Amino acid sequence: MRVAYSWLRDHVALPDGITAFAVADKLTQTGGAKLETIHRVGEGLTGPLVVGEVAAIEELAGFKKPIRHCQVVVTTADEGPGSAATPQSIVCGARNFAVGDHVVVALPGAVLPGDFRIAERKTYGRDSNGMICSARELGMGEEHSGIIVLSPESPVGADAIAYLGLDDEVIEFEVTPDRGYALSLRGIARETAIGFDLPFQDPADFDTPASDDSGHPVRIEDPAGCDTFVARTVTGVDPQASSPLWMQRRLQMAGMRPISLIVDVTNYVMLELGQPIHAYDRQRLSGPIVVRRARAGEVLETLDGAKRRLDPADLLITDDSGPIGLAGVMGGASTEIHDGSSDVVIEAAHFEATSIARTVRRHKLFSEAAKRFERGTDPATARTASQRVVDLLVELAGGTADGVTVVGRGSRPVAITIPWTHPGRVAGVEYTREEVERWLRQVGCDVAASGSDALVATPPSWRPDLRDPNDLAEEVIRLAGFDRLPSTLPKASAGTGYSHAQRIRRRVGTALASAGYVEVIAYPFLGPADLDALGLSEDDPRRNTVQLANPISEEQPSMRTTLLPGLLAALRRNVGRGNSDLALFEQGLVFRPRKDAAPVAPRLTVERRPSEQELASLDAALPLQPRRVAVVLAGLREPAGWWGPGRPAGWQDAIQAARVIADACRVELEVTQDQHEPWHPGRCARLAVNGRLVGHAGELHPRVVADLGLPPRTAALELELDRMIPAEEILTRAPAISAMPVATQDVALVVDAAVPEHYVEAALREGAGPLLESLRLFDVYTGERIGEGRKSLAFALRFRAPDRTLTAEEASAAREAAVALAAARTGAALRS
Amino acid sequence: MSAPNKSYDPVEVEAVKPDEVARHRADALAAIAAAATLDELHQVKIAVAGDRAPLALANREIGALPPAARAEVGKRIGEARGAVKRALAERQEQLEAERDARVLVDEAVDVTLPWDRAPRGARHPLTTIQERIADIFVAMGYQVVDGPEIEAEWYNFDALNFPPDHPVRDLQDTFFVAGKDGSDGSGLVLRTHTSPVQARTLLEQGAPVYAVSPGRTYRTDELDATHTPVFSQIEGLAVDEGLTMADLKGTLDHWADAMFGSGLVTRLRPHFFPFTEPSAEVDLQCFVCKGASVGDPENPCRTCGSEGWIEWGGCGMVNPRVLVACGVDPDRYSGFAFGMGLERSLMFLNGVQDMRDMIEGDVRFTLPFGMEI
Repeated sequence: MRVAYSWLRDHVALPDGITAFAVADKLTQTGGAKLETIHRVGEGLTGPLVVGEVAAIEELAGFKKPIRHCQVVVTTADEGPGSAATPQSIVCGARNFAVGDHVVVALPGAVLPGDFRIAERKTYGRDSNGMICSARELGMGEEHSGIIVLSPESPVGADAIAYLGLDDEVIEFEVTPDRGYALSLRGIARETAIGFDLPFQDPADFDTPASDDSGHPVRIEDPAGCDTFVARTVTGVDPQASSPLWMQRRLQMAGMRPISLIVDVTNYVMLELGQPIHAYDRQRLSGPIVVRRARAGEVLETLDGAKRRLDPADLLITDDSGPIGLAGVMGGASTEIHDGSSDVVIEAAHFEATSIARTVRRHKLFSEAAKRFERGTDPATARTASQRVVDLLVELAGGTADGVTVVGRGSRPVAITIPWTHPGRVAGVEYTREEVERWLRQVGCDVAASGSDALVATPPSWRPDLRDPNDLAEEVIRLAGFDRLPSTLPKASAGTGYSHAQRIRRRVGTALASAGYVEVIAYPFLGPADLDALGLSEDDPRRNTVQLANPISEEQPSMRTTLLPGLLAALRRNVGRGNSDLALFEQGLVFRPRKDAAPVAPRLTVERRPSEQELASLDAALPLQPRRVAVVLAGLREPAGWWGPGRPAGWQDAIQAARVIADACRVELEVTQDQHEPWHPGRCARLAVNGRLVGHAGELHPRVVADLGLPPRTAALELELDRMIPAEEILTRAPAISAMPVATQDVALVVDAAVPEHYVEAALREGAGPLLESLRLFDVYTGERIGEGRKSLAFALRFRAPDRTLTAEEASAAREAAVALAAARTGAALRS
Repeated sequence: MSAPNKSYDPVEVEAVKPDEVARHRADALAAIAAAATLDELHQVKIAVAGDRAPLALANREIGALPPAARAEVGKRIGEARGAVKRALAERQEQLEAERDARVLVDEAVDVTLPWDRAPRGARHPLTTIQERIADIFVAMGYQVVDGPEIEAEWYNFDALNFPPDHPVRDLQDTFFVAGKDGSDGSGLVLRTHTSPVQARTLLEQGAPVYAVSPGRTYRTDELDATHTPVFSQIEGLAVDEGLTMADLKGTLDHWADAMFGSGLVTRLRPHFFPFTEPSAEVDLQCFVCKGASVGDPENPCRTCGSEGWIEWGGCGMVNPRVLVACGVDPDRYSGFAFGMGLERSLMFLNGVQDMRDMIEGDVRFTLPFGMEI
């Protein structure tokens, strides 16, 4: 909402010295409207700029265009330059004026917007001591068909900056959607008067005539959608009359374009009183105006030229010809005011806000009228606003008021009963009863006592947002000032802090960062190309995505089913910026459609707590949203340095990252060989916990690496973290520490190259029995000495007893048992 | 060795004469002092304290002396040998110390050499700022709650008193999940705020409840230096008997103090949110200039634009309609809620210049933030 400060001052008697900023700041503090910006009008304009009267015109011919050399009287004094005796000589290219017209003259020394400096000069062979100005040259708008011709009453010699209101400020307010009333001068002025404790004369508070026989007939068939409809007829409007300059200025400053007198008047009154007005050309109406819902198949061409297929829920204005307007949103083309309109029917109505809001969204048709109706207008203002339009048309265009129709009577908001202490209880401040009543009256409520403790407040017709006790509390608290709120703390509650899963997720993040991974938070959007690049088969479940109706990018219309595309994009971006050694991780949700989900999530009641069953039905409509963690690695995992060469990142690191995560979750990770996109078929690990698949890790498929332009041998891990987190925190049992000496034994076993080390190791552990303290693989050998297709695994075994020193025989027996089981299970043979 | 000789005059036995003993003693001490290395000292030790050393030989003569003379001579030689032994030990210690010191000098290294063989990692500041804030509230007795990012419209809007089709829904440019026909009528959205978690928490736990919910949120803004369609919020909710707006103010003041510096306070300005009534926007006193830059063009403050206050977030008293929809008796309980954007907090707290830095995943941005913020 943009308000010219001068216009606001017409409505509130603000003392001199109170600036536009002070007003805007006050309204921001009290919450009536929030200061967005203040625009200085006439920026870059300095005088002298005066009202002049054209005394003589000499037409100059022989140039590319006709030029006028004018004599202009610019001073009230009888003598001297610019006086009637010696008028100012000015050359002018415009032709839309005649001798005797009053015009705006910029005298030498003036500066017009755009640093246009006016000086005495000689042009077209004549002296030109100034300029006759157009609206555009003065920064008053885009109008440049000619210079401004002022009314004959304008005082010659007067300062035109003041006369035209060029020295003004426009306050741009942000108005919250609950305060529809503040989308008007009336509302802003009321809040200003309250804020500065000044008397307020409501501009919409005056008597209006009742219906008469000559009013245009109106019928409301849908009283729920429209409870008030006022139609006023004005005849004999001069189609040639244009709106006065002051009105055009105010419309421009409010951000609207002057169009024609009738349209300008309706817009002006809407800005002033907040009531949207529509004007019909009476000659184009056929039969009574009827307000009703649309019928299937009906079409309306709106003012903007669009032909709109109507929905049966759309509220319409119709006549015998069919729809003539989308009620409260936009008028129809067939009954539009045009250049020759002289008889008009003025509509001022009150429409139900939600119906308007739905039509606006259904047709994606936003208008100044709809903006006000969907926030709730004042039904009582329909009468006064239409009267104001009639008055202006009579005054400015010679019209005749001719016929009044008033149908329906909008209701006032329902009275609210509160204990007078309620605002204080909400705020934690002790307001007096007198204070509470005063603030409520100031916003327009009727306040009556109910018993000794309660107040009955009936909100004014322009405040449909006041519905609940807390709404009244807010009015009191904001007007009394938020700076009166003390700062207190609730008594501490017995809280539970973080959940088990939240603690583990934090631990996982810390563990990965400690292991040298850098966290990334990527956008969770992806598209088919991202999944193609991963080499996923057509039936891969990761291709089954949740789609957005209005994605940011058409290329990525889906919610991610895997974290890898986002992480790999970040990896590539880093590589592109010259960071070559990278280890990245991300924790976040992936989204998977639920097979049996309802096609539309139910919309439950808000009047009470929904039942458990209703709530369950809502959750069942949501897709699955498990939390995952993923890492990607490229370049060197350990850097080169003066100590020697670095170590390249590889499949091992990706799998090790999974072990780091498993440790943080306190679960045992089971690693087996697997083949799964987008991993290298020979370098892909299946990861499981308690036999349940949790994810995959390894080196990416060379084709994926090539397609995505990744560094060679990029490795990755993706885990479903939710499956890693045990249902309950696993209590670590403290081990018994033996102080007895350790017995160390090494063993080298030769197995078939295809036998996973893990199997051999597991067999050794099991076979070695309880004396085994630890076991560690320290060498893997392949080569001629053990034969083709074989590998030798060398383990260091440490044995210890809790209660005694082990004998060499005992340690050897345990070792032999270990080897025997490994041999039985994996065909391992002791390396000779 | 000579046999004891009762008539033997010790003065006449050359080796035990006082002058001789004194000379051997002096020679030995000089040789010890002259030994420059431990090896030399070893040789000297054999020469002056070994079996064939002059004082050792002289000592053997004692047995041959008449008993009357033995004590005096024994004492003389014993003292000399003792002195030699002490000198040897001292020199030994001295030379060993010198050797040890030399080894330490020889083994000296350049301790400024880098040894960054283990790669450094870091957590994203959006994660760690969430934790830091949550920690502050955990210390105040709050629990931390989370919820789904694809959310039912009912939770995201209806339960929070956003009427269907009301213009207030336009305030939050919403991503809609496509229905089966591709339309936006699935009843599901990407949550536009973390507030639906409030409703979930109230429905699950009832009152009283004190909870904060950090998380990712979505609105259809185009990405630029100050906007991102995917962002993070943290939201707080307290519902209990007798909670007031003053309690809300105090809670925010405590948070400001704990996070931004001692004594900082907040300022509330009236605003509108459907799920709170009254509602307010929260300004944080500028933690850099503390308001000193206001009206002082000589010393402008870049953090607050010399306004003295920084726009921080929104808050208010939980709208009783929300309590009703969540099954909490609004006549018995009242509550407050507040929410802040975390990207914005990082921008003014840590001087992040560009929203894009937080989503691009450039390691150079994230590494300096380390493990905690």
